[in-house]
Order: sequence, then structure tokens, then C-alpha cells
Amino acid sequence: MARRIRGLSDRAIAWIFVAPTIFLLLAVNIFPLIWTIRLSFTDFKANRNREVEWIGLQNYQRILTDSDIWITMQATAHFLFWTIFFQVLIGFTLAWLINRKFKGNDLWTTIIVLPMMLSPAVVGNFWTFLYQPQIGLFNYVVAFFSGVDPSSFEMIGSVKLAPWAIVIVDTWMWTPFVMLICLAGLRSIPDYIYEAAAIDRASKWRQFWTITIPMVLPFLMLAVLFRGIENFKMFDLVVQLTGGGPGSTTELTSINLKREAFEKWRTGYASAYAIILFVTVFGLASIYVKALNKVKER
Amino acid sequence: MSGYSITEPSRRQKWVAGTLVVLYALITIMPLIWIITTGFKSPVDSISYPPKVLFEPSLEGYVNLFTTRTRVSPEQLAQLPPPKRWYEEIVRNRDMVIAGPSRYGERFMNSVIIGFGSTFLSVFLGTLAAYAFSRFKVPLKDDLLFFILSTRMMPPIAVAIPIFLMFRKLGLSDTHLGMILLYTAVNISLAVWLLKGFIDEIPREYEEAALIDGYTRFQAFYKVVLPQAATGIASTAIFCLIFAWNEYAFAVLLTSGTAQTAPPFIPTIIGVGGQDWPAVAAGATLFLLPVMIFTIFLRKHLLRGITFGAVRK
Repeated sequence: MARRIRGLSDRAIAWIFVAPTIFLLLAVNIFPLIWTIRLSFTDFKANRNREVEWIGLQNYQRILTDSDIWITMQATAHFLFWTIFFQVLIGFTLAWLINRKFKGNDLWTTIIVLPMMLSPAVVGNFWTFLYQPQIGLFNYVVAFFSGVDPSSFEMIGSVKLAPWAIVIVDTWMWTPFVMLICLAGLRSIPDYIYEAAAIDRASKWRQFWTITIPMVLPFLMLAVLFRGIENFKMFDLVVQLTGGGPGSTTELTSINLKREAFEKWRTGYASAYAIILFVTVFGLASIYVKALNKVKER
Repeated sequence: MSGYSITEPSRRQKWVAGTLVVLYALITIMPLIWIITTGFKSPVDSISYPPKVLFEPSLEGYVNLFTTRTRVSPEQLAQLPPPKRWYEEIVRNRDMVIAGPSRYGERFMNSVIIGFGSTFLSVFLGTLAAYAFSRFKVPLKDDLLFFILSTRMMPPIAVAIPIFLMFRKLGLSDTHLGMILLYTAVNISLAVWLLKGFIDEIPREYEEAALIDGYTRFQAFYKVVLPQAATGIASTAIFCLIFAWNEYAFAVLLTSGTAQTAPPFIPTIIGVGGQDWPAVAAGATLFLLPVMIFTIFLRKHLLRGITFGAVRK
């Protein structure tokens, strides 16, 4: 017993173990967040050394009535909707196929996963090379299969195609993530459910819609949540691909925010912008999680 | 399994599924293969039409990646002593001489230092916190976990504004230490969450037996729990490392000269009239290949980790 008393109490250990993490999160997450809130009520510019003035809610008012911000929001919505659409469609299909347990499926799964493990900025930069008219591999392959002239279209240079260029690369990169989560969902369905359904003479089609889909749905929704949050924050891949252009057709919120904060140096304004984005993501995510929990309970 | 099973897919089904998946996999790795092969192309081959699949391999991209060069006139070139090394010869063929090393080596080393430094710190702190969350009644435990996760919802650019100002005040701008602390703070939420899952799986009975044998709680932690959690710690470390290795937004905003990592640097490699694609591809290959090899060899742990972490959230 004497040796146990010498050691620290469980309570003390718990605090010693948690404290550094809490401290780090306070210093690098909470404190900056509070600072951002404070700055959002000022006209502070980080590149100037002048008296900071409190301007109340003016920044917020300006952002919410700025038509440019709505263009940015539309670009983001387009990007979010189509990336999630394609990633769910392809990701689920792939997972469903891989779950046929053919020989060597784990090696091929790994190869499919490769793009999502890589640096989005470095890969995104290289995709601009693949997207070059005429000499780019992407244009060449599209031209080869469709018969159009490979130099007749510019994926990242044209207003019409650029929003799709970023959707394609993001889908290429992140479909495996949705696939892996769907695969975990498919693998969580016990065989006996299908066996029971087969004994009841339920057709394969019926089994798919009444067993597979409902049981994978919570996993799929989770994948959508993660992709949604990640793509709402999207910066590295798209900034390397198009830099927000041409014009501002692919200027997603993060790229727009970067312009305001680190090019125009409107720090106070950008802080208010950041807070609005955070509240938006947080609010949408909370509503979504509530819906997700309802699906899970069913 | 030898018996007939209703749920086992038929051979034909397997064949069709396998073919489709392999087809997708081959399409999806084309861009990666293209990166690797472009690194070994000569500048002319890299921009030829139609794109060249077969080409004469050249190390010019790699030479250009690691050197800076200056153009000299043919007369000057003729006066120079003959090239001593193979890479000097490659450069001379382009009417240039090597002026010095490029910054790629430095940037790559920065990625290594910041990546491993922040990984070590997040796994170290994360294991301690995860153990406490797993085993003890920490007040506000559920809120803390939620808070830890919600920090991930903030766009990095939004976080970068106050961090930029804070680092400027503290003198941490463009330093290794600043980036290590920042990446640790970003990674630690996922690390705690993953590690808590792994530690939850270790039966409490092991530690309780050790406590009865006279171990202190701390001894029980590092002699009993840590070895049991080693695999989980290792796969968490890989995730943290990959995040820090790939990160771009903070790196491009908060570093410039001394502490810049490779991702913001590689896209800035330029040659005559735009990006020097073989050199960019060479730099990208050296930077991406370790992660690809890691992923293929450690696939069991990684794949489990990705879904495990996600599904548990």
C-alpha cells in the first residue's frame, strides 16, 4: 500500500495529462478566436500602424449586403453540391463493387486511395499542367474519346469550364474517402440479414433498397458531412488550380477571405467574414448532425 | 469457407466487379504516373503533342530542381574547362552553367523537421490526454471532445488571421517552432479522438492488476497501457505526419524565407517562360513518393484509421 500512496492521485494524473492539450488549444484556437471576434468590430488593417477604431457592426453589415460575397457563395455552393454529388455516386458504387470481395481487392482499394493521401497544393499545381490545352494529358484524353480538337477548350481558362475543372480534380482526389466510409458501412451489415431475406425470397433489387441502402445511409451521411465541412473550407487545391479565376468564377469563400485578409489587408473586415463563415458551418453542421442522429435511431 | 453461401457473390459477379474497380484504379493513378514520368522527360518531350508515353529518360528535371543556373554565351562556354560531372554536362548542353544549389533541399528539410516535430508533439500530448479521457472522470468531458472536434470546422484562412498577428507579436513568424506548435494544435484534436478509441479498446483489468501489484498509476500507464496502444499510436502518428506534410494554407501565409515547407515552394519552381514542368514534376515526385509508399505498405493500418476515425466521430 505504501507504494501506491507515493504515486500521484488519479485526479492529479488526469489533470496533468489533459492540461498541456487544453493549454495548447486555448493558446492556438480559443484565444485567436476571441481575438478575431474583437477585431471584427474594428477597422484594423494589419499592414498599417494607425489608431484602431471601433466601428460596431459595420463590417458585418457590409459583408451581408455585398453582392460580391454572394457571387462567392454561389461558386462555393456549386462546388459543394457537385463534388458531393459525384463523390457519393462514384464512392458508393466503388465500395459496393469492392464489397463483391474479388481477388486482390485490398491492393486495388489502396491504389484508389492514393490521391487523397497526397498534398492537394502540389497535386493541384500539377493538374494545371494536365489541363493545358493541346499538350495537357486531360485535354488529349478527352479529345481522343470525343473527337473534339484538344486545343479548342481550356479547362481552367474559360468561365464556363473552370467551375467544372475544380469539381473534377476534387472528385478525383476525395472520392476514395467516401468510398472507404461506405465500405465500412457495407462491411458492418451482417450476412445473416441477407440470408434471411433470401429465404423470404426477396429479390436482389429489393434487398438492395430495403437492406443495403438503409444500413449504409448513416455512414454515407457522415461521409457527406465530412466532405461538406472540408469543401466549405477548401483552399489549397483550388487556389493552385485556378487561383479563383478566371474573373471570380471559382473564387470560393476561403480564397475570397484570403484576398480580403492577406492581399487587401482589411483585417477587421476579414475577421467579421471569418466569424460569419464559422457560424454558418457550425450552424449547418449542427442541423445536419441532428438529422443524422434521427436516421441512426430509425 | 467451402460450403455454399447465399451471400457469397458468384464468380461472374466478382469478375465484373473486379474489372470495373481495376479500370477505375488505372484511370485514377494516371495523373500520378504522369507526375513521375514527366520528372524524367526532357523539357521538349514534356510539352510535345501528342503527349509522349515513350520517351528517352533524362535527368534534366532533377538537375534543374536542385540547381540554379545562369545563361552564358557560346563564346564564354567554349572558354570554360570541360565539365567535370554529368550534371554539369546536362546544364552546358542548354548553354548554361550551374550558379549554385536551389532552395528545394532546404524546403524539403523544413517539411521533414516541421512534420516530424509536430507529429511527435501531437502524439505525445494526444496520448496523455486520450488516456485521461478514456480512464478518468474529467469534468466537462463530453463538451471538451465536442470542442476539440469543432475546432476543425474553422477554415484555415480564418484561423490564420489572428495566428499571423499573434506570431508577429511573439516573434514566431516564419520559424520552425511556430509551425510545429501550429500543426500540433491542428492535429491534436484528431490525435486525441483516434487515440481515445484505441485506448478504450484496451481492457482496464490490465492496469488494475498492475495497480494491485504495487505499480503507481503512472507506471501502469507507461508499462502496461503504452505497449498495448503501440499500433494505435503508430497509425495516429502517420495521420498527423501526413497532415503536416501536405499542409499548404498555413505554410503559404505564415512562412516565407527560413521555415517555408515544400508544398508552397514546389509550385513556384519556374524555368524559362513559365513553369519548368520536368523540374516541378521531379520535386513533386520526391515529395509525394514517400507518402505513396507509406500508404501502400501500411495500408491495413491506414485504411482502418481513416474509417475508424471518421466513423467514430
